[in-house]
Amino acid sequence: MGVKTTLAAAVALAALATGAAEAGWKPSKPVEFVVTSGAGGGTDQFARTVQAIITKYNLMEQPVVVVNKGGGSGAEGFVYGKTASGEPHKVIFATNNEYLLPLVAKLAFKPSDLTPVAAMAVDEFLLWVKADSPHKDAKSFVEAAKAKPNEIRMGGSQSKDTDQILTKQIEKATGARFTYVPFKSGGEAAVQLAGGHVDSNTNNPAENLGQLKAGAVRPLCVFSPQRMAEAKVTAGLSWADIPTCKEAGIGPEQYQMPRTVFLPGNVPADAVAYYVGVLKQVREKPEWADYIQRTSQSDRFLTGAAFEAFIKADEAKGRETIREEGWLVN
Amino acid sequence: MENISSLMHGFGVALTTYHVALMMAGVLLGILVGVLPGLGAPNGVTLLLPLTFSMEPVSAIILLTSMYWGALFGGSTTSILFNIPGEPSSVATTFDGHPMAKNGQATEALTYAFLSAGTGALVGVAVITALSGWVAQFALKFSPPEYFAVYFLAFASFVGLGGASPFKTVVSIMLGFAFAAVGMDTVSGSLRLTYGLNELIGGISFLVAVIGLFGIGELLLTMEEGLKFDGVRARVSPRKVFETCLDMPRHWVALLRSSAIGVWMGITPGGPTAASFMSYGLARRFSRNRASFGRGEPEGVVSPETADHAAGSSAILPMLALGIPGSATAAVMMGGLMIWGLAPGPMLFVEQKDFVWGLIASMYLGNVVAVVLVLATVPLFAAILRIPFAIIGPVIIVVCAIGAYTVANSTFDLWLMLVFGIVGYVFKKLDYPIAPLVLAMVLGDKAEDAFRQSLIMSRGSLSVFWSNGLVATITALAIVLLLWPAGSALIQRARPQRVRAPEAVV
Repeated sequence: MGVKTTLAAAVALAALATGAAEAGWKPSKPVEFVVTSGAGGGTDQFARTVQAIITKYNLMEQPVVVVNKGGGSGAEGFVYGKTASGEPHKVIFATNNEYLLPLVAKLAFKPSDLTPVAAMAVDEFLLWVKADSPHKDAKSFVEAAKAKPNEIRMGGSQSKDTDQILTKQIEKATGARFTYVPFKSGGEAAVQLAGGHVDSNTNNPAENLGQLKAGAVRPLCVFSPQRMAEAKVTAGLSWADIPTCKEAGIGPEQYQMPRTVFLPGNVPADAVAYYVGVLKQVREKPEWADYIQRTSQSDRFLTGAAFEAFIKADEAKGRETIREEGWLVN
Repeated sequence: MENISSLMHGFGVALTTYHVALMMAGVLLGILVGVLPGLGAPNGVTLLLPLTFSMEPVSAIILLTSMYWGALFGGSTTSILFNIPGEPSSVATTFDGHPMAKNGQATEALTYAFLSAGTGALVGVAVITALSGWVAQFALKFSPPEYFAVYFLAFASFVGLGGASPFKTVVSIMLGFAFAAVGMDTVSGSLRLTYGLNELIGGISFLVAVIGLFGIGELLLTMEEGLKFDGVRARVSPRKVFETCLDMPRHWVALLRSSAIGVWMGITPGGPTAASFMSYGLARRFSRNRASFGRGEPEGVVSPETADHAAGSSAILPMLALGIPGSATAAVMMGGLMIWGLAPGPMLFVEQKDFVWGLIASMYLGNVVAVVLVLATVPLFAAILRIPFAIIGPVIIVVCAIGAYTVANSTFDLWLMLVFGIVGYVFKKLDYPIAPLVLAMVLGDKAEDAFRQSLIMSRGSLSVFWSNGLVATITALAIVLLLWPAGSALIQRARPQRVRAPEAVV
């Protein structure tokens, strides 16, 4: 007892104090998670999962409030983020729409209006057909679309958005021609495929999962350089059984969508570092692993320069397709 | 029958003390958020959602759905008392519910509304219990042409009725379509009619428009006419509630017709709002008392309320089976479903029997609990109208403003609400009908999307709307209903004594 313990305590306290000083910025009031999709959408689940983990493990001193600003394919949320310039108590949850949306729609918002914080996962895209479709592999499906241009209907979520951009990239890589039918959400595109009203879609695994389990749809290939992680979906199928599109002989080789987190513009670097720290802790919890597995996404954590480089490369790829299709507005 | 045994199993799950307590708590909270300043069901459910993360999925969904039923009942209350629809689907209840309240019959109007809502909900649940295996399969048959046909049917059964001049009706519809077009367009992905205003990117919220058109518009008129609510004359006693209950069976034709419409619109993607409008429109066209519609006719309350709740409860099943939420509230609950670790889809019914049948059983119980609780509050709510207008008027403005603000936490919506209030006032003064505008706003952009998706699929050929038995039947029915008023006017001219033939047969 005595001097030694007191000293140890003092050292520990000092260490704590410096730790706090290093963190620099901390939220001083409730933090708003701005979701750039409607309630129930993919981005919404992403943000609410992060919120649930932060709340459960008490990772932030201040409460977190989730608000949905999904109007105009998320434009509402981005413009909201722009007007909150300098306010680090608002965190914006998005996908690649943060930098692709301003290319196709005239908005009072440009990608550089927000500060990138992190990408926390990448969602895969698969090529799907109806379970009783005559096409057993991607190659024969694409050949059929080449033989009868515009006969095959491709369903997807929204117009000039990720699904249609991917459809255009498939067309460019293979020379096939599809009739693209835009629906309000990936869920609708899934149901329309299960009902046989469209011939195919390019949904994320989570969007088609229900219909896949029911045996109503069949995955042909995944637009990723490597196969998905081993995990049983149905009695006879694991995600890892699905060939990559390159293996299946069609392109593009890679098409993925990041789950991204941004802050408004002109926020202190300390604030960015603070949220990176919190998100890092979120990723270490079992609930995050559950989320990644349940939605069959790939775990990937990008911050700082790596994240900015990713955005730059991904934007350039998207921009190319968008320009070729004549959708570019800026 | 397998379904019956599954349902009994479901009751086993739902009838624990804990779950019944959750139901009561949910219903009471729901009534509260339904009635209180503008919280509304979607916000209420969103607020409760984080609390459910640590619960069993079936307990969580019982709590949230019970709250939803409670909020729906609460929403009808404000429609009747103050002409402010708490939910889009209770707009049609204002048409006759509010006039009844103004005539001093608030107690009757509320009782009719709650009883018919409860009846509709029970019919809806009973139908999905019986048809659970088939409903999801049937819903899969719906593609954009069928969607469009259903919206067209709802539209055709509501408009085309007399009252205002055809020209004024058309103006009202066109304005509604224009408002519905504001914001980002799904099919082309471009912005329309936003005039560079950031606030309009997300479109004009239907709820804001309705709060302005009905709530504020009504208030302006009341102020101008120097009228007071006639609620003072109202007899507010529990006995009146009981008497009205006994009177209910007289409206069995309306109840049956509206339940059928509601269930149909719930299983097909029409939804509760379209169902309530369609039911009101058909009641107004075929009811024995059609002359008194719009001036406080009980059947004008019974019809939309029954259809609204029948659609609301029967829509739960396709939502779970297909994973497509039918309303904002449903979307929040679906998000919850995924966070609880359940994937909506056809397999939910195979893999999560406890969850699905526990939920269905809780819908029977929850609605009975809700009707009993809400009927007990009728005298309390009806008494609100005894408060002098000088006090209640400003309160209504506050309720409207909070309601409009909470839709998107945007102050711009407050200005929008005031503008719509003035539009509503001018419409009433010049005798333009507001209802077609509202319906066009609700169905306008869905119908437009479905129409354009259909044409993309058919590569421009209109024949897609006759391309199979299902879509052809719905389209034909819609055209018949659209032309009905003109046709019946002709018949009336030729043989006046045969006009009542339709009900005479029933």
